[in-house]
Amino acid sequence: MTRVVITGAGTINALGHDVPTTLAAMREGRCGISELEFRDVERLAIRIGGQVKGYDAEAVFNRQQLSLYDRFTQFTLIAARQAMAQAGLQFSGALADRSGVVLGTSGGGLTTQDENYRAVYEEGKNRVHPFVVPKLMNNAAASHVSMEFNLRGPSFTVATACASSNHAMGQAFQMVRSGLCTAMITGGSESMLCFGGVKAWEGLRVMSKDACRPFSATRNGMVQGEGAGVFVFEDYEHARARGAEILCEVIGFAMSSDAADIVMPSKQGAARAILGALQDGGIAPSRVGYINAHGTGTAANDKTECAAVADVFGPHADHLMMSSTKSMHGHLIGGTGAVELLACIMALRDGVIAPTIGYEEPDPECALDVVPNEARDAEVEVALSNAFAFGGLNAVLALGQV
Amino acid sequence: MNTQDVKQTVIGIIADQAMLEPGDIAMDSTPESLGIDSMGLVEAIFAIEEAFDISVPFNANEPQGSEFDISTVAHIVTGVEALIAEQRA
Repeated sequence: MTRVVITGAGTINALGHDVPTTLAAMREGRCGISELEFRDVERLAIRIGGQVKGYDAEAVFNRQQLSLYDRFTQFTLIAARQAMAQAGLQFSGALADRSGVVLGTSGGGLTTQDENYRAVYEEGKNRVHPFVVPKLMNNAAASHVSMEFNLRGPSFTVATACASSNHAMGQAFQMVRSGLCTAMITGGSESMLCFGGVKAWEGLRVMSKDACRPFSATRNGMVQGEGAGVFVFEDYEHARARGAEILCEVIGFAMSSDAADIVMPSKQGAARAILGALQDGGIAPSRVGYINAHGTGTAANDKTECAAVADVFGPHADHLMMSSTKSMHGHLIGGTGAVELLACIMALRDGVIAPTIGYEEPDPECALDVVPNEARDAEVEVALSNAFAFGGLNAVLALGQV
Repeated sequence: MNTQDVKQTVIGIIADQAMLEPGDIAMDSTPESLGIDSMGLVEAIFAIEEAFDISVPFNANEPQGSEFDISTVAHIVTGVEALIAEQRA
C-alpha cells in the first residue's frame, strides 16, 4: 500500500483567515465565537456563533465569480489556494488525471437557498438569479476547486452532517493509499450562519446561548461555526521525490454506523470507529498521545465520547490528551473535521496541544485529560481526529509523524 | 382560553407524544414514566409553543436546569399558564 502524507494545508474560520493565524489562536486559547451579524438575527433566540469576521469577499473574488460562488465555495477556494501554494504542486498531464478533489459539506449553498427563498416567498419576487442552482449545489465547491487547479481525476462531495469532512478525507486517503490517485485535494467547508440555517438548529434545543464548553459540567450546548479546511494528500514517494515539505502522515481511517438513533450518539458506534482507525493503521493504542475530540459541548455527545475513548483505550485513556477546539471556532458541521485536523497537525509537528477553552467544572462522566483552558507542550507520536454525525455516522482519522 | 382548556390542551399534546389516550395521563406523570425521551420532549414543547403562541425557554442539554419545569405534567401545565400570563400581558 502507498503511504499517504499531507503536503499542504489551508483554512479560513472564526480564529483566522489562514493556518498560521488559526494555530496561533489555538495555542493562545483564543475564542473566535462572537455575536452573529446577518439579516434578521434579532428574530433568533441563539445569537452567537463562530462567524468569519473581517472578511471582504469582493477583495478576493470578482463580480462574475461571486455570482457563482456561495460563501461555502468562497471559503473552500481560499483554503484550497493556501494548501496548493504550500504544497507547490502543479497539475498537468497524467498527474492531473490521477488527482482529484473530495470535499465534505452538510448544507452546501445554504445561504444562497436562504436568500432566494426569502426573495420569492417573503418579498414576493417572481424571478431569481440564473445561477442559483449551480451556486447552491453541494458539489459546487469541489467542482470549482477542480477547475481552478486542473484536477481531472475522481472528484465528488460527501455529505454526512458533522462527519462530512472526515468521511471526505478518509475517502481521499484511501484513494491515494490504494494507488488509484497520486494526490487529492480534500477537507471540507460550511457556511450555515444565516437566518434559516441558525433557526433550524435553534429548533432542536441543543444550542448554547452563551458559550461552547465541551466536557465541562456546566456545558449547555453547541455553538455553530463556519469556514473551511483544505489539505493536499499525496503519495509519500511522490512528495519525497519532489522535495516537498511533509506536514504529517495519514496512517489510518475507519467509519462506522450506529444504526440506532437519528440524533442520540452511541458509545458502541463511536468506539468501533476509533478502534477501527487504530486497527486500520496497525497502531498500538499506547502510541496515541492526542485525540481531537468531536466534543460538541452537548450533554449527550461529550459523555458518550469520553465513555467510548475509555472503552477503546482502557488504562491508557488516562495517559492521553483529548481536547475540543470547537470551544474556540465553534462547530463547523460539515467542515468541522477539516479545521480540527489542523490541531492534530500542530500536535504532531509543533508539539503543541490545543486546549479545550471555556472549561469551568469537572464532569465525572467526562473524566479524561481534556487539556482545560491552556495549551500544553507535548511530544505526540500519533493523533486521532473524531467525528460523530447526526444519523449515527462516525469517521475517525489517525495521523502520525513522518 | 381558561385554565381548564390549557390543561386539556397540554394533556392532549403530551398524550399524542406518548401515544396514549388523554385519560391515561395523570397530573403527577413524569415524561420518563410516559416513555417520552429528550427528543420527544423537544417536540412536545414545540407543539405547546404552537398551540398557545408562546415561547418556552427549554434547553435539551440541561432539562432540569431550564427555567421551564418539565418534571411532571402538573408542572408543565403551571409553567404554560405562567408563560401565557407573562407573554400575552
